Amino acid sequence: MSQTAATTTVPKLTKAPTGLALFFYRIGKSFQTPTPYLTIFGVALWLFTWWLLCEGLKVDRFDKIPGPVAVSKDLFSFTPFQGISIFTEEFYNHIMVSCRRIAIAFAIATGVGVPLGLFMGWSRRIRDYAFPILETLRPIPILAWVPLSILMFPGFEAPVIFLATLASLFVTALNTMLGVDSIDEEYFRAAGCLGSSNWDIFKNVVVPGALPFVFTGLQISIGVAWFSLVAAEMVSGDHGLGYLIVDSYMNNVTVPMVIGMITLGFIGWFTSILVRMLGNWLMQWHVKALALQGR
Amino acid sequence: MTDIAQPSTHAAAPVTPRRRSALQKLVQNQSLWRGILAIIVFLILWEIGARWDEWFGREWMIPGVGLIPPPTDVAAAWVEVLPKPGYWESWYSSFKRVLSGFLMAMLLGIPFGLMLAVNKYFRDVFFPPFEILRPIPPLAWVPASLIFWPTNEMSIAFITFLGAFFTIVINVLGGARNIDVRYLRAAQSMGASQWDLFSKIILPGTLPSIFTGAAVGMGITWEVVLAAEMISGGGTQGGGGLGFFIWNSYMGGSLEQIVVGMISVGIAGYLCSTAIRMIGDWYMPWKRLH
Amino acid sequence: MTAQKNRGALSIRNVTKIYDPEGVNVMAVDNCSMEIAAGEVCMIVGPSGCGKTTLLNAIAGFHSITHGEILLDGEMLCGPGKPKADMGAERMVVFQHGALFPWKTLAENVAYGPIVQGVLPKKQALEKAREMLAEAGIGNVLDKYPGEVSSGMSRRAEIVRALINDPKVLLLDEPYRAMDALTKSIMHESLLETYDRTKVTIFFITHDLEEAIFLGDKVHVVTTRPCQLKKTVEVNIPRPRSYETQSSEEFRILMEEVNEAVHEEAIKAFQAGERELA
Repeated sequence: MSQTAATTTVPKLTKAPTGLALFFYRIGKSFQTPTPYLTIFGVALWLFTWWLLCEGLKVDRFDKIPGPVAVSKDLFSFTPFQGISIFTEEFYNHIMVSCRRIAIAFAIATGVGVPLGLFMGWSRRIRDYAFPILETLRPIPILAWVPLSILMFPGFEAPVIFLATLASLFVTALNTMLGVDSIDEEYFRAAGCLGSSNWDIFKNVVVPGALPFVFTGLQISIGVAWFSLVAAEMVSGDHGLGYLIVDSYMNNVTVPMVIGMITLGFIGWFTSILVRMLGNWLMQWHVKALALQGR
Repeated sequence: MTDIAQPSTHAAAPVTPRRRSALQKLVQNQSLWRGILAIIVFLILWEIGARWDEWFGREWMIPGVGLIPPPTDVAAAWVEVLPKPGYWESWYSSFKRVLSGFLMAMLLGIPFGLMLAVNKYFRDVFFPPFEILRPIPPLAWVPASLIFWPTNEMSIAFITFLGAFFTIVINVLGGARNIDVRYLRAAQSMGASQWDLFSKIILPGTLPSIFTGAAVGMGITWEVVLAAEMISGGGTQGGGGLGFFIWNSYMGGSLEQIVVGMISVGIAGYLCSTAIRMIGDWYMPWKRLH
Repeated sequence: MTAQKNRGALSIRNVTKIYDPEGVNVMAVDNCSMEIAAGEVCMIVGPSGCGKTTLLNAIAGFHSITHGEILLDGEMLCGPGKPKADMGAERMVVFQHGALFPWKTLAENVAYGPIVQGVLPKKQALEKAREMLAEAGIGNVLDKYPGEVSSGMSRRAEIVRALINDPKVLLLDEPYRAMDALTKSIMHESLLETYDRTKVTIFFITHDLEEAIFLGDKVHVVTTRPCQLKKTVEVNIPRPRSYETQSSEEFRILMEEVNEAVHEEAIKAFQAGERELA
C-alpha cells in the first residue's frame, strides 16, 4: 500500500460529496479550468468598455449615458446625487410595487392557464372549442392591448396587471397543452389497463406527465410577464420599475434610469430561477433521471 | 358469431382500402367545425356583451366588457378605414421597422450564437456579459436609446434589434450545442475538415433552432415596435406605424379604431410568423415529416 | 398465488383492422384467427411493423377492430356491435418501451393498480407491492424512480406491476427489445420462473426467434402487413427450461422450422419498406 501511494497518487474518494460539499467540490474543480478566470475577464472587459466609452473617453453621444462609476457611486450612496440608491426607501417602493403586480398577474395566469392547458390537452372536445379562440387572440401583441385595457379597467393597477396576466396566460396555457401532448400514449394505456378511472388518469398521468413542460412554460411566462409589465408601467403606470425608468427619463436624471434597468434585469433573472427551483423541487423524478444522463 | 368465414378469405372483410376525397375530409373534419362554431359563439357573446348597455340601459353595463365596441361596429370602422392611405402607410412603416430590426438581429445574432457555440474561450469571455444584459426587458432600453440615438427612427430600430437579438442568439447557441455528437464523429471519420464540420453539420443542425428563434424573435419584434411607436410617438417624425395608429385612436377616443388597429397588428404578426414557418418548411425538407 | 389452469383462454376470430390515417386506408390485420388455451405461452413472431402490435392493442382495448371478434374465456371482448374492448385489469400489458410512470417510484408504480381499483387501501397496497418486488429479486431499489434503475430492473418491475392485479392474461409487446443479449437471457429466466409459479396465459410479441422458442408453448408465425396467421409451430420442450435448452438438438430443429417461415415474410416486409405502424 505505502509503496503504491508513494509512486502514484491514488484518489481517495471514499464517499461521493453531496449537498453543500458537492457545491464546493465543483467550485474547487472548476477553478482548475480557465473558465472562471475567463468569465471574470469577460465581465471586467464589458465593464471597462462601458466605462471607457461613457466616462473615460467621453465619446460623443455615449457621454449622455451614465457610466459604471457614476451608477455605482449613486447606487451605494446614503445621499444619492440623483435620488435613488439602495438606501432610499423609494427604491424598494418601486421594487415592491412591481413585484406585487407580477405576483398577482403570475398567480392568476398560472391558476387559469395551467388548468386550461391541462384540459385542452386532455380532452379533444375542449381543445376543439377553446384552442381556436386562443389562437385567434394570440397573434395580437400584448402591447396592442394597452389602450383598450386602460379604458376597460379603472385606476392604475388593474390595467397593468391585466396586461401582464394576458401575456403569461397564453404562454402558460399553450405550454401546458404541449406538455400533455408530449406524454407518451403508453402511459395512458398502462393507466387504463391498470383500471384507472378518468379522474385517476388525470391526477396520476396527465398532471405529473405535463409538469416538465408546465415549468418550462412558467419560466417563459414569468419572463413575458416582466416584459409586458415594464411596457404597461411605462405607458400607464404609477410607481414600479418601468415607471421609474420612464419617469427618470422625463426628468432628465439618467442614473436612476440605469439603476432601474439593472434592477429589472436582476429581479427578472431571480424570479425565473425561483420558478425553476420550485419545479426541480416538485419533480424529483425528472431531476434524478436527467442527472443520471449526465445533463 | 354469424359470419365466421374460412381463414384467409378476403371475402370476410367488408371494407376494402379506399381513399377519401379532399372535400369529404373537409366535411368530416370535426375539429374544424367545432373551431368555427367556437369563434362564432365568441363573436356573438362579444356583440351581446358590448351591446348590453344599449339594450338595457347604462346601469346594466357589464364592467370592462361593456366599454369594448361590438364586432359589428368594429367591422364598420374597418371598412371606413380601409380605403384611407394613412392606414396603409401605418402598415408599411411598421413592417419596415420590424423587418429592418429583425434582419439586423438575424445578421448579427446567428454568427454570434455560432461563435459562442463552437469556441469555448469565446463563450467563456462573452457569454457572461450577454447573460447579464439578457434579462433586462427590451422595453426598459427605450429611454436610454432615445437619449443615445440622434433620431427616433434609429432608437426604435435599436430596440427592435435588441428584442430579437437575445432570443435568436440563445436559440442558435442551444441548437448548435445540442447537435448529436455522433453526427460530428461520423463526419470526422469520413475525413471532414473543420470547415466541412461547420458548414455541413453544425449549420444545418442548427437550422431548426434558428427558425424557432426567428419565430419567437419575430413575435418580440412586433411587441417592441408597437411599444416604441406608442411611447415615442412616432407620428411626430416620419411615418406613424400601426402602434401609433392605435395610440392615436386612443387619444382621439375612437374605440372602434383601437380594435381595428389591434386586429391589424394581429394579422401583420401572423403573416410574419407564417412566412417564417413556410421558409423553414421549404428550407428544411427533412423536418416536414413530423 | 393460485395456479390458474382454467382461466385466460383467448380466441381471436377473423379479426380485421383497417387504419384510416389522412384518408388513405391501411390494412394492418387481415382476417386473422388463432386460439390460445388457458395457461398457454403463445408467442407471435413476424417482421417489424406487420400489425402484431395492432392485434395486441385490440385485445387490450386500445384500438377498435374493423371486423371479427375477440373472446376471453368465452366472453366477448369485442366483436360485431362492439368494435372496441374495454380496458380491464384482467388483461395486463407490458409495453415495448416500458411504461412505468417515471414520476412514481417502483413500489408506487406496482401499488398503483390495486389502489385505483379500490382493491386494497393505499398502505396495504404499498406493502404488498414491496413484498412482490422483493420476491422478484428487486427489493433493493424499491424506492427509486424508474429513471434511476437499469432497463432490466424496470422491466421486471413492470411485470410485477401487471401480476399484482392477478390478470387472466399477460400481453407483452416486445418487452425485451432494446436489451443486450446477456440481460435478455436473465429476463427470460425470470419470466419463465414467474410463469411456472403463476401459470398465467401469456401473449408475447417478439421478432427474436430464439426467445420465441425458448419461452413459448406455441409459436405463431404471422405474415407481413396485412397480418395473417401463416404457420403455428408447437414447442414440445418440457418445462422447466433453462438456458441449456437452447443448445439442444430439438431446439435447433424448431429454430430451423420457424426461421424458414419467418424469413420469407421478412424479405417481403423489407422490400415493401413500409414505415412501422405505431
